[in-house]
Amino acid sequence: MNQGIDLKSSGAIVLALIDIINENRAYLSEIDGAIGDGDHGINMSKGFSQCREALLAKAELPGLAEALDTLAMTLLEGIGGSMGPLYGSFFMGLSEALAGHAQLDAALFGKALAQGVEAVESVGNAKVGDKTLMDTLIPARDAYQAAIAGGADFPAAIAAMLEAAEAGWRSTKDLQARIGRAARLGERSIGVLDAGATSCFLLLQGLGKGVVSRLA
Amino acid sequence: MNRVINHPDLVVEDMLKGIVAAHPELQATPDNPRVIKRSCAPVAGKVGIVTGGGSGHEPAFLGYVGENLVDAVAVGEIFSSPTAKSFFDAMKAADGGQGVACLYGNYAGDNMNVKMAIKMAERAGMTVRTVVANDDVPSAPKGDEAKRRGVAGEILMWKTAGACAALGGSLDEVIAVAQKTIDRTRSIGIGLSSCVIPAAGKANFHIEDGKMEVGIGHHGEPGTNVADTVSAEQMAKIMVGTVLPDLPFGRGDRVAVLISGLGATPLMEQYILYSGVEKALSEAGVTVAVPLVGNFFTSLEMMGVTLSVLQLDEELEKLITHPCASIGFNRK
Repeated sequence: MNQGIDLKSSGAIVLALIDIINENRAYLSEIDGAIGDGDHGINMSKGFSQCREALLAKAELPGLAEALDTLAMTLLEGIGGSMGPLYGSFFMGLSEALAGHAQLDAALFGKALAQGVEAVESVGNAKVGDKTLMDTLIPARDAYQAAIAGGADFPAAIAAMLEAAEAGWRSTKDLQARIGRAARLGERSIGVLDAGATSCFLLLQGLGKGVVSRLA
Repeated sequence: MNRVINHPDLVVEDMLKGIVAAHPELQATPDNPRVIKRSCAPVAGKVGIVTGGGSGHEPAFLGYVGENLVDAVAVGEIFSSPTAKSFFDAMKAADGGQGVACLYGNYAGDNMNVKMAIKMAERAGMTVRTVVANDDVPSAPKGDEAKRRGVAGEILMWKTAGACAALGGSLDEVIAVAQKTIDRTRSIGIGLSSCVIPAAGKANFHIEDGKMEVGIGHHGEPGTNVADTVSAEQMAKIMVGTVLPDLPFGRGDRVAVLISGLGATPLMEQYILYSGVEKALSEAGVTVAVPLVGNFFTSLEMMGVTLSVLQLDEELEKLITHPCASIGFNRK
């Protein structure tokens, strides 16, 4: 139960997150185009790419906490709309929880996830069922915490988190948007995945995989 | 669609180049091209007035940076909130040591980015207070005013608060004037056609020929109903009939009236509407003390009009008639 990963040498997890967003740029914009303005992938890719430049400009790749902080700040500076502050807050919450720690273990991961979600809730008003990234994020946090409470080890808890994140993301297809620009479409927003919920699942998946691969 | 642009992804950047080239009294801040400020800002000893919002609403928001108006503005992508950093940089550019009033409209993205910007500003030791415009009546029912969007009434708020700050008002006084102005302002829009964001390349939404969307928002947010088009005089009655009972305005009130085209409605038609609005108000015993007609707050090339009515008192009438100079609003 005492498994953890070294934070200082794990900054590359953020580079992997950037790759995931860039690889899915067209897919995310396509989903957004169905019920939004079609720029989710473009905006996210723009912000995450700026983070890569900022990270590569440093003398050496920083640890995970600092890399997440760089990601948060570049998103806050680089992309406006709603995604800049929402993802900026999420990654800042994660980073602040990890700061000052050498090891990321199951308990600290749970704390960071909770702090990230809390930071998102402090800027946005969306709830589960509104067809937003919260439909991915909240079930993911809850499932992780439930797994830990039930005695699961770190990799099993992450697996539970990703399973719930995926189910939450897929649930947005049948939801009617109640917040954000897609709310204009009313019932016509049903039948299409939410772009924010999609990028959120992809990012959690990247984060989970990055941690689990380093535990092995 | 035929357009006068260089590249659809760069319309905001290219517009800003033209704005600062044409207006030496305006400039971008040295470290953030998405902040436009008065060249003389910050004005020492004056409360700074800041706003910001998505592009595509020109002359809003940057067209209200000027003398006795707004000091600095954060500029977003088309119909998309500026970044938190841009709002923060605008606050810095406007801060003359007496605090900053950030006066913006009620949209999810703007609310979030301003909230984050205020955190940054507090960390930098600045004092920033906000007033959030929510003048659009059809966007939420009475009793739920906090959910309403901010539309062209924002201009009236910038005008009175800007005058108050220029006349030496404290941050408390400026905030109180801005809040009072928006609390006494009611607006409504009617949309007749959609608009195309250049980078998206397709219409944002659709309005059938021969139909009008009553209560439409500045980004095509849904109205309260879609109806067959009617005469300008009938539109005026619908619009006045929506805003008057909501405050409510009463007989003997003196008001400022702002009619704005949404981008593609000719000034001729805006004046045809004004004539109807003036008549409907006068029949309700309301006197127009300050009429404003023109493209004050647009939505790209959307066809349609908005009406905003501000119930004046002695203080607000003095502030709204105070001289000002900017791209969007001039008064001698």
